[in-house]
Amino acid sequence: MTLNTEMRVRVADIKQVADHVKRFRFERVDGKPMPVFSGGAHVVVAMRDGAVLRRNPYSLMSSPEDKSGYEISVLRVENSRGGSHFLHDKLKKGDELTVSQPVNLFPMDQRGRKHLFMAGGIGITPFMAMMDQLSKTGEHFELHYAVRTRTHGAYWKDLEQRYGKSRVKIYCDAENLFIPAKAILENQPLGTHLYVCGPHGMIKGVLSTAREQGWPSQNLHSEEFLAPPPGKPFNVKLAKTNKTIEVHSHQSILEALEAAGIDAPYLCRGGACGQCETNVVACSGKLEHNDIFLEPEDKASGKKIMICVSRISGPDITLDL
Amino acid sequence: MNINFKKETFRDDYTFRNSPEAIRRFPFPFHEDKYMYSVNMEPHVPAGPAGHAYNNGIDVDEHFVSEMEDRAKVLKEDPLRYQALPHMMTAQWDTLELLMEQQAAGYPEHFSLTKDGDNWHWINKPMGIDQKFVFGDASTLPMEPLEFITRQAQGDHVIVDQRDGNLWCDAGMVTTQADWSLDFDIGMNFMEWHGPVPLAHNLGIFERALKFLLNLQQGKPVRRLNWTMTINPRLDTSPENYHKWGTDRATVTPENVGNKVHLRCELQSLWRLPRSNAILFVIRCYLIKMEELVTVPKWARRFHRVLRDLPPELVDYKGLTRYRPTTVEWLSKYDDGKPTSPGIFPE
Amino acid sequence: MLVKGIKSRPVYSGVAFDPMAKRHIFVLEAEGATSLIEQVATPGSGEIAKADVLYVATAAAPKAYDQKLAALKPHDLWSAPTIPVLLNRLNVVLGAAHMGTRLYLSGTEGFIGQAMQVALNHGMDFNSIKTEHRGSEARRVQCVHCKGITDDVKTQPVTCSHCGLTLLVRDHYSRRLGAFQGVCIDAEEPGTAPAPEVLFP
Repeated sequence: MTLNTEMRVRVADIKQVADHVKRFRFERVDGKPMPVFSGGAHVVVAMRDGAVLRRNPYSLMSSPEDKSGYEISVLRVENSRGGSHFLHDKLKKGDELTVSQPVNLFPMDQRGRKHLFMAGGIGITPFMAMMDQLSKTGEHFELHYAVRTRTHGAYWKDLEQRYGKSRVKIYCDAENLFIPAKAILENQPLGTHLYVCGPHGMIKGVLSTAREQGWPSQNLHSEEFLAPPPGKPFNVKLAKTNKTIEVHSHQSILEALEAAGIDAPYLCRGGACGQCETNVVACSGKLEHNDIFLEPEDKASGKKIMICVSRISGPDITLDL
Repeated sequence: MNINFKKETFRDDYTFRNSPEAIRRFPFPFHEDKYMYSVNMEPHVPAGPAGHAYNNGIDVDEHFVSEMEDRAKVLKEDPLRYQALPHMMTAQWDTLELLMEQQAAGYPEHFSLTKDGDNWHWINKPMGIDQKFVFGDASTLPMEPLEFITRQAQGDHVIVDQRDGNLWCDAGMVTTQADWSLDFDIGMNFMEWHGPVPLAHNLGIFERALKFLLNLQQGKPVRRLNWTMTINPRLDTSPENYHKWGTDRATVTPENVGNKVHLRCELQSLWRLPRSNAILFVIRCYLIKMEELVTVPKWARRFHRVLRDLPPELVDYKGLTRYRPTTVEWLSKYDDGKPTSPGIFPE
Repeated sequence: MLVKGIKSRPVYSGVAFDPMAKRHIFVLEAEGATSLIEQVATPGSGEIAKADVLYVATAAAPKAYDQKLAALKPHDLWSAPTIPVLLNRLNVVLGAAHMGTRLYLSGTEGFIGQAMQVALNHGMDFNSIKTEHRGSEARRVQCVHCKGITDDVKTQPVTCSHCGLTLLVRDHYSRRLGAFQGVCIDAEEPGTAPAPEVLFP
């Protein structure tokens, strides 16, 4: 017996908060309170876009204690697989969709003596919920937030007002200001935890600067959701049920299974959590691992695959499903 | 459903007994005629016949008031049975909310919780407690939130913090434990905490359980059953007091097995906590005397077979060595060799 | 009775310099000094020049390791008269330290455990702290019954120095207490405790 805990929600508000960024507010159709959550949590939003059911993860940015609704912010991505275009261009106030229970794969370390946040662009969203939570319990935090231009950066003004310029520092590309990661990281007190969210290159850069400054890995935290990259179509054979399903170019294995009515476990849909790890029985092509969960040796073994983001180049793969 | 709370003791004169209804609702831990460790977790959803311990998320039964009195006595002698590391305050409030909401929802005749924003009002009728407080403000409660609520909730409660791909035992109220010490184990990770358990590590049980729990979802609690045996209905079988209760194990005779020997079942339920992302581990202890157990023929047959064929490492770890032969002999009278039906519920 | 290979048994994986660290703090007791002495090839240059050393001689006083440590020419060297005095200094040093600091602990298990507690109280993660067990195998034991700590335990079983119960010293180790667990060995049949044997020389 499984429990379906997804929540049916209505779009209560849509607001353009910056160039290419919209904020969406969801409230429950049944009028019940939303579950409270922890800063850093995301929900998987399920959207019916014509014949396609899209499921994308988005960080919750509203106050974790606000039970009246959830808010997410979405950047309109040019090479979108469809999710961000659907939300930006098609979704209207009053429309209904489904969100999952909150899942936190980017939790704060509650022992932290100080929490240091570094955000790039839309990567600000999880930190908004975290700072709301920390400010209520009086914890020590500091935000360094990089935006392309003042008009591109959502929320920087609000945050500066709310938490003060000593705790919120804005760096604007257009003004040739960049986060001075090295200078910030070299003099932080013992017990500080660093959290980074933003574009892939920024996360990599900040984390490697932190390591060069002698930070131990236990104090470094980051989150990025990987979108499943497209590729050539291939077939998935299911060993247990003896079915064959085609995976299209712009579909992940997980999405193809769901479209065929097969329930497979998932949590983040972004290659990070490990929930959809699946055993490979046979593969006639080359595995293309796109996740950040599996260890290099697991990837090399050819025996495991994260079906939410990884695929193959070749004709077919047989999975232990 | 009105519960008739009993007045009884779990020490000294040991007046603890199960009513016939309490026997029927007992969470019998064996689904087949043999036992070995497994990651036997299932969704914690209402299940079982009406009145069963599985009916509610947090179970309250006829022993509630007396168990809470016993807990208060244990804490008076040894306050270290309740501890919480400083970073667990958010998780303490999460736990308080969860236990209050579950008990009020499951037993509205006995408990009520009213919320007006952060101003909460909690009434626990069986214990005569009426408390108004501000959620999130520890200074409005007579003690820390976790201690306050776990003095009013049956079972041990451990909160594990999740970080660095592991779970850390960082807070708890532990007075009805099967021989482990919170004071010693607090701060340990999942593997270290379960360090002394034999066999299971080699079977990969804890690795699998850990992987499963790290992805435990909000709104989807899970449960599992664990068991051991206890001589006399003593709730506080702590290592702290082992030198006081250890001698009980040598007192079992063929004449007193039925009254003295108890099957001790732990109904463990695990809940993802919302604000802290920690996990609440409820370890609820149920005791049943052999003479009560054999009133259910299926359980009598099955428990005889389980105990008779138990692997020696488990006999030793669970501390059954001294009295197992006598108990198996006594139980054999109730095992006619007939097959038993699958599952844990009475036939 | 003594279950071997318990998962809470600490693993000491060595105190080799972490070249990424901006500053090293070595906290050494007795034979623990040798774990630093052995890895420094060129005194006064390279990693050792970034190292502050806190040393307490205890049982190794006759071996004059403090002189050998001084010869390594670390950034700073301080010899403490006793363990509590050293722990107090460590507490102050860590209070002013930055994230690029790496901590290294070497000596007996009881010493490592106590220094570890000081570090944990500064919010350091124990996995980021490097440790090495050198010298006596003697254990620091907490009596689970009276909670008293008995230091320098060499035998199995051992008499609790506080409540007098005969304790089985388990492999179960608490980082927070910096001690192994001692449980009454003859609780089920008092008076049947075996004679002590030296197990932790």
